[in-house]
Amino acid sequence: MAVAIVDTGCANLASVAFAFERLGASHMVTRDIAVIERADHIVLPGVGTMPFALEKLRKRGLVDILQNLSQPILGICLGMQMLFYGSEEGEAGEEAGGEVKGLGLINGKIVHMDAHGAPLPHMGWNTLENLVDDPLLGGINAEDYVYFVHSFAAPISDKTLATTTYGQAFSAIIKQGNIYGCQFHPERSGQTGAKILANFLKVKP
Amino acid sequence: MLARRIIPCLDVRGGRVVKGVQFRNHEDVGDILDLALKYRDAGADELVFYDITASVDDRTISPDWISKVSGLLDIPFCVAGGIKSVEAARARLEAGADKISVNSPALSRPGLINELSDAFGKQCIVVGIDSYEKDGIYRVKSHTGSADAMRETGRKTLDWVQEAVARGAGEIVLNCMNMDGVRTGYDIAQLKVVRRVCAVPLVASGGAGSVFHFEDVFKQAGIDGALAASVFHKNIIPIPILKSELKSKGIEIRI
Repeated sequence: MAVAIVDTGCANLASVAFAFERLGASHMVTRDIAVIERADHIVLPGVGTMPFALEKLRKRGLVDILQNLSQPILGICLGMQMLFYGSEEGEAGEEAGGEVKGLGLINGKIVHMDAHGAPLPHMGWNTLENLVDDPLLGGINAEDYVYFVHSFAAPISDKTLATTTYGQAFSAIIKQGNIYGCQFHPERSGQTGAKILANFLKVKP
Repeated sequence: MLARRIIPCLDVRGGRVVKGVQFRNHEDVGDILDLALKYRDAGADELVFYDITASVDDRTISPDWISKVSGLLDIPFCVAGGIKSVEAARARLEAGADKISVNSPALSRPGLINELSDAFGKQCIVVGIDSYEKDGIYRVKSHTGSADAMRETGRKTLDWVQEAVARGAGEIVLNCMNMDGVRTGYDIAQLKVVRRVCAVPLVASGGAGSVFHFEDVFKQAGIDGALAASVFHKNIIPIPILKSELKSKGIEIRI
């Protein structure tokens, strides 16, 4: 199986699967640990709220496996945010005891966006900026548009491969070792998004 | 910078795309999948499919065509029509819709917005509002898919916008009924007032007739997206020309 799309129980699984179908890549939406372990590439989709999505992963017994993969991993939107140590989202939650814990694969914390008075969620097509030279961004140029829908974001760090600005700049794409993450939805970002997914499939397992 | 969105709206009735004038006299404008592809290729930023008869007939959209549209499109799309429960919403999102929009069912039972937002996150919950002006006050109507079923809700638009957002709407589509289908321009005055009280993205609907109308509504009302139907279906304004002209006027547009 070329691509295992982890069944996070979130709502955008079909859109992500269709995107790989359009690329002609063999893929499967799965929560089967054996399938995930054998896949060449792992995609972690996600929409909704972080506490809800992490609870789903816990209930499905997927936390351990996701924390110990060596193949290329791509987290999308909330799927990217879950890769971090924690998030401000749901912090006020009764039993959260402060901060919501993520998968803890990437140092840092997801924060609520400060849009400087502009509407939130940040919804629509925005441009990629400050691209770092990386195989994931082959053929992608600064000012290319991708589609975002989110209210929380990863601050800019040494893991940032590209930034986007809405009120303030944040990480649009991150990378640490075998782990990639896109805050936007490549599956809904036209040809630019398709190119990024195709580039991800070329990253050697 | 975040681009302003151009959003063709496809009113669906009986599995076909139709368009009426002020919610009456629907005419057939084509097949759902053909039009979805046509608009994707023309550069639409997003598509909205409204099953305009769903709330009226007390039924829900078939997720079957949603899945087909989702497989074809690499841009986001929203579906609306008769979604009255978390289960109905889940079926559509799992079929591959990016957002769902609720209108009449949310007016009948406002708690639906909270339930949907809690279940899926506000980023995919749109509240559509059909608003009309009478004696200087903006009011909300429901069940606007048919002239016979249309009814007053007793709600003022500004109150309902704020309530919907407080309940968890991630976006508001404001259809200004006085302007719908007549192509004399968006209702700038109303949109400006609503913009001031709407903390989430706001999409304008109703009245587009020329490129200038789009320029005007983006510049004056500060809205995030402009929705239109007949000018696109009848090819009165080709989207590539619209987008390049708006960009040349200094509006942030994805080309």
